[in-house]
Amino acid sequence: MPETITRIIKNKAIVDDDWLLLRPESGTAPESVAVPEGKVIVPLKVWQAQKESLQQRKAIGVWLASDERPEELKNELSRFQVIAVDFPRFADGRGYSLAFTLRNHLGYAGELRAIGDVLRDQLFYMQRVGFDAFAPRPDRSIEDALKGLSDFSVKYQASWDEKIPLFRRPPRLGATQSN
Amino acid sequence: MYRYDQYDQDIVNERVAQFRDQVRRRLADELTEEEFRPLRLQNGLYMQRHAPMLRIAIPYGLLASKQVRKLAHIARTYDRGYGHFSTRQNIQFNWVKLEQVPDILEDLASVEMHAIQTSGNCVRNITSDQYAGVAADEFIDPRPYAEILRQWSTFHPEFAYLPRKFKIAINGAADDRAVTAVHDIGLTVVHNEAGDIGFRVMVGGGLGRTPIIGSVIRDFLPWPHVMTYIEAILRVYNQYGRRDNIYRARIKILVRSLGSDVFAQKVEEEWAHLKDGPGTLTKEELLRVSGYFTAPAYETLPAVDAEVENHRQTNKAFANWLKRNVKPHRVPGYNVVVLSLKKPGVPPGDASADQMDAVADMADRFSFGEVRVTHEQNLVLADVRNQDLYDVWQEARADGLATPNIGLLTDIICCPGGDYCALANAKSIPIAQAVTERFDNLDYLHDIGEIDLNMSGCINACGHHHVGNIGILGVDKEGSEWYQVSLGGSQGNETAIGKVIGPSFAADQMPDVIERLIGVYLRERNDEERFIDTVRRLGIEPFRDHVYATPIASKQAAPEK
Repeated sequence: MPETITRIIKNKAIVDDDWLLLRPESGTAPESVAVPEGKVIVPLKVWQAQKESLQQRKAIGVWLASDERPEELKNELSRFQVIAVDFPRFADGRGYSLAFTLRNHLGYAGELRAIGDVLRDQLFYMQRVGFDAFAPRPDRSIEDALKGLSDFSVKYQASWDEKIPLFRRPPRLGATQSN
Repeated sequence: MYRYDQYDQDIVNERVAQFRDQVRRRLADELTEEEFRPLRLQNGLYMQRHAPMLRIAIPYGLLASKQVRKLAHIARTYDRGYGHFSTRQNIQFNWVKLEQVPDILEDLASVEMHAIQTSGNCVRNITSDQYAGVAADEFIDPRPYAEILRQWSTFHPEFAYLPRKFKIAINGAADDRAVTAVHDIGLTVVHNEAGDIGFRVMVGGGLGRTPIIGSVIRDFLPWPHVMTYIEAILRVYNQYGRRDNIYRARIKILVRSLGSDVFAQKVEEEWAHLKDGPGTLTKEELLRVSGYFTAPAYETLPAVDAEVENHRQTNKAFANWLKRNVKPHRVPGYNVVVLSLKKPGVPPGDASADQMDAVADMADRFSFGEVRVTHEQNLVLADVRNQDLYDVWQEARADGLATPNIGLLTDIICCPGGDYCALANAKSIPIAQAVTERFDNLDYLHDIGEIDLNMSGCINACGHHHVGNIGILGVDKEGSEWYQVSLGGSQGNETAIGKVIGPSFAADQMPDVIERLIGVYLRERNDEERFIDTVRRLGIEPFRDHVYATPIASKQAAPEK
């Protein structure tokens, strides 16, 4: 079923979103899914089955399930205005590696959106691995979720948001200087 | 030992604030229990049988005296006056209140401690050799690497929701006291032929329902690459590890189903993206962290102290303690002293708040203010001078910490079991106590010699029963508690998984079962042979035959065969 216009978090602000997220009922053959006009984010399988017509559109997005491989989009990343990664359950952490791989290994530079079971307490980690847009679960306050982006000011390790790990950033004082 | 700088301190302070708000939202029902669960677990908080249990991280088992005093304070203020040291060198408090946990975390942060990632499907506390830095057989001190990896794994954004928990151990000595072969990743710091330092990397070891010895996927990984290589392992695991079945979700199952060669190949492919990138460890950072683990100001001492030798000759109890609880140190005139938390009548690994304070005082006076926690659930003063041994013994004895049983039958590794743990199938502590009472004759115990008796109250194997020379596993059969016995497991360089000897026993049969097993050993052993050597030489058959030869009386009805 198509989901209606809603608000998302993008670049650390709450904005209106005019993309339609297409989640066909399970069991529907990808080639027979009807893709509405306008800005639509389609499943990977639908994109692959209907590429010829979909790539004629001015704007198209694609979303990946947590068990799908980002490498399948390797040579066509620039065609998408948005790529979304689905979290079927917030405890399914595959989407974090998927996002990092899209950004770091495959060089995707467009909007990367977290969809599905997206909750405040996971947002900080999500933004670190490369997500810049979030569609929090609709039954929760989006204003509240926004706060999750600023839980920590210090990050030890490099990821997509922080290219250099802490030990390579400011000089850290050692045992002889701090004691 | 390592001290926090402003960044380390900021991170734990921000964690306290974050968790305080999460607890508030849970209590206000803004978070469901299902949503709160991984958040509390990543702060070590379990909902247990009687009350929440809080597990506090003791990175690689190292504590400063002021931290030990803070743990005593927490035991008195928020618990019932004691704590339980675990097989992963952490400490657990079994009677805390959810509303008070943020305050406990704040107390911990004031002494550079936390409960971060002590549970949950993330990278757990990194364990290491309890004798690091003082062991005579050490090649390279593993602690700087353990601390560097602690920082790398803390709040790693990509690996907080892995398929299952993930445990890393590091060893740097000839004898593998960190049990690296049964960890998700086991690292051994080694020199290669050219004299360079690096790691031998094992993956896919583990206990639990499917005990497996890890596979070596790299013989020599130069030290600068340790973080990027582990990142590659975790990224492969996070994407390909099973998530459909909790019992098939550990990395060991992935490594086994792919084959370690194929797994290693996937890791190498992933690593190609990361190798020599910004995650590569720098010499400056290694030196900075190593600077916290330099040797303390040792004195030049004679190797032998006449007074101690005199006491040894004339005082048998002291001599027994020296023999069992005092280990060699690499510096002449110094000793490693093990304080036993295996006193008869006390659950293995438990320490009272008063004992913790006493240990902190002894550490300040006799051991440069540091204490270590062993994975066998004892405490260690790592740098005690010869001339102080007699005083340490007397004080430890007064505090109930000098039971001379380290490495002996009553030095039992044991999980909290069904008395506390919501996961357990059976109680474990009463079995340990019954065995300890049966073998209360010290001469007999010393005659039996070195033996590892490990016990777990369920298949999660927190008591490491698979690698006990004698392993005991609590099982549930139609609602009653039974105990399965295995023989021939061992840890260290010859890590092996024990074999089950036959049908399970009732709790009240267990002391007889152990006595019969010991009886076969005493009958069959050669001169200096340890229990495990006799089992290896003869196999489990003579032991099994003797244990089941005649019925052992029990008040419990027999289980179905």
